[in-house]
Amino acid sequence: MLKEHAEAVDRLMPHLVIEPRGHWSSLNLRDLWRYRELFYFLTWRDVKIRYKQTALGAAWAILQPVFNMILFSIIFGKVAKLPSDDIPYPLFAFAGLLPWTFFSNAIGMAGSSLVGNANLITKVYFPRLIIPAAAVLAGLVDFAFAFVVMLVLLLWYQVPLGFNLIMLPMLVALTSALAFATGTLLSSLNVKYRDIRYVIPFLTQFWMFATPIIYPVSMMPEKYQWIFRLNPLTGIIEGYRVALLSGVNRSSFDWAAIGFSAFITLLLLAYAAHHFRSTERIFADII
Amino acid sequence: MSSTFAIKTDGVSKLYYLGERGQYGKTFREAIVDSLNRVNPFSRFNGDGRANGHADLWALNDVCFEIRPGEIVGVIGRNGAGKSTLLKILSRITEPTKGRAEIYGRVGSLLEVGTGFHPELSGRENIYLNGSILGMTRREIESKFDEIVAFAELDQFIDTPVKRYSSGMYVRLAFAVAAHLEPEILLVDEVLAVGDAAFQKKCLGKMSDVAKHGRTILLVSHNTAALLNLCDRGILLEKGRVVEDGPIEPVIQKYLKGLRAATSRDLSTHNDRQGRGKVRFTSVRFEDESGNTIEHGISGEPLVVALDYESADNRPLLNSRASVVFFDGLGQALFNCVTDLVIHDPITLPPSGTIRCVVPRLPLSQNQYVLTLFLQVNREIEDWIHNAIELNVIDGDFYGTGRLYPEGWRGKGVLVPHSWTVEGK
Repeated sequence: MLKEHAEAVDRLMPHLVIEPRGHWSSLNLRDLWRYRELFYFLTWRDVKIRYKQTALGAAWAILQPVFNMILFSIIFGKVAKLPSDDIPYPLFAFAGLLPWTFFSNAIGMAGSSLVGNANLITKVYFPRLIIPAAAVLAGLVDFAFAFVVMLVLLLWYQVPLGFNLIMLPMLVALTSALAFATGTLLSSLNVKYRDIRYVIPFLTQFWMFATPIIYPVSMMPEKYQWIFRLNPLTGIIEGYRVALLSGVNRSSFDWAAIGFSAFITLLLLAYAAHHFRSTERIFADII
Repeated sequence: MSSTFAIKTDGVSKLYYLGERGQYGKTFREAIVDSLNRVNPFSRFNGDGRANGHADLWALNDVCFEIRPGEIVGVIGRNGAGKSTLLKILSRITEPTKGRAEIYGRVGSLLEVGTGFHPELSGRENIYLNGSILGMTRREIESKFDEIVAFAELDQFIDTPVKRYSSGMYVRLAFAVAAHLEPEILLVDEVLAVGDAAFQKKCLGKMSDVAKHGRTILLVSHNTAALLNLCDRGILLEKGRVVEDGPIEPVIQKYLKGLRAATSRDLSTHNDRQGRGKVRFTSVRFEDESGNTIEHGISGEPLVVALDYESADNRPLLNSRASVVFFDGLGQALFNCVTDLVIHDPITLPPSGTIRCVVPRLPLSQNQYVLTLFLQVNREIEDWIHNAIELNVIDGDFYGTGRLYPEGWRGKGVLVPHSWTVEGK
């Protein structure tokens, strides 16, 4: 009896083996699950402190895309007279800026997250993947605020919401996954090469112009459009426009483009996870 | 198979690449240049051209021990002996280069008090954040919340951002959270080195309470008195190896003996020196202000470098000039204490004796330093010993605020007294 009891206790005791890991170690999803509360707390912290000590607080979540929209509407819509697929330019721009602002902030925050949390990484163990993930998730809160602005704009332009809206959660999930993959990769590179900190602003700037945010892909010559489709964000951004604005121009989802984006996202996720895992073991030594 | 041990290490070793930037910390440019060089066999720059050379360091070397459940073990050793590396490996912050460790039970590690504290968040919020970082579940934190606040004695300030706390309040809150961790195995680093004496005592009391509840504790500290009080067993590390493992008292005795040997250094047989050699340093040691030999310097405390010297003939040494140069571990000169900098008139020394260089408030942060000694008589260099003795400095309250250099700056360089003023527009 007693012996059985002792054995039962043994089985309950967590048993941990610490040894050098190879480059191809598994993701250890069980560990991630065990630390889900920390994930919640770190996300909560990131949200909570983001706008502390700023005069306008969470209003920044709205102001950033709204100002960009106004600026773009004047410069690209009025002055440069870029086409916008028969959608009023401010609506067109904001439907693109909404996911883009989330995406670019998320990769920026996630990219610098590991180095910014060096004090945690050198002092306590937890699956490091939580840190960039929390940064991306915290960005979703801003996204929610900006989404309210989107709804107000739709009301203003009297655009009815259609059945296509049902795809929005899927698109948000896809954007988050792509942001998480990109941010994770950048964050682990940033630990090794601090140059990444300087690369991120260029990357986001370049990426923004390579993505149909201020212009529609349709304005490009047909034979070059495929180049834009290589960018996984293209399908996603166009997807948002269809989900939100189909009440204006009766467009429908380009499933091939969205599928391609999802495929690239998966590839990038796999690569980012692998890269992260293989450098994770030396983070504490070099950060 | 039963867990007769709580922690077991088997040949655990850790290699650090010291070098200029180490193996990993290349910049992008260096990585690109390196990979180009690897491709180009005719490259002018060969890979070894960089100064990162062969400065490898086995911070831990084949460490083996077993700790039974309920044991309280103190790990001691000088700076750089591998104590912190050992804790970091056991708490999974870094991984071993070789070897294997096994742990049975839930581990809580306390390498710092207040890990993850955020100055903008309130005391209440930080308790939740820090608690979850240390591995407590939300429910656990909720159930212990009142106890934690009471232990920290911070009831009225619990909703104030911690950036408005005094350093004492900050440490109390941080330790209160840590003290309420209830893992089966607790790994603790030097955390008791902060806070005022009264609070340290309270913490030690709490620790021995914890110990009485049958938990396994691995404790790293320089505070031998605390270790003697708390631990039954000691492990002495020296240059990454376990050199002694057994009952705490003899282990500490051996440690202290080793320190004394290291701190009063016989220089009479030292060959690697320059100068004419008619007058020579015979030994060097560190003392506190009352003349006791001490094992290490403490930031902000007085440090006396006592230099015994002898001369070949029995004449007074006219117009003498002595100096002690402090270098960091990388051989960078930090500062120089020279007799004629502080004494205006030429000095005459007796033919043999002891000269003492007094640094009233040691301006160095916790690290290892190396001293070079120099003696000149009548413009002739008599003795000049590079790297004559190592000085271990441990953190102390240099600024009188209980605060240390910020993380990332620890162990780097010189502490300078300073003040701040502010003027509104």
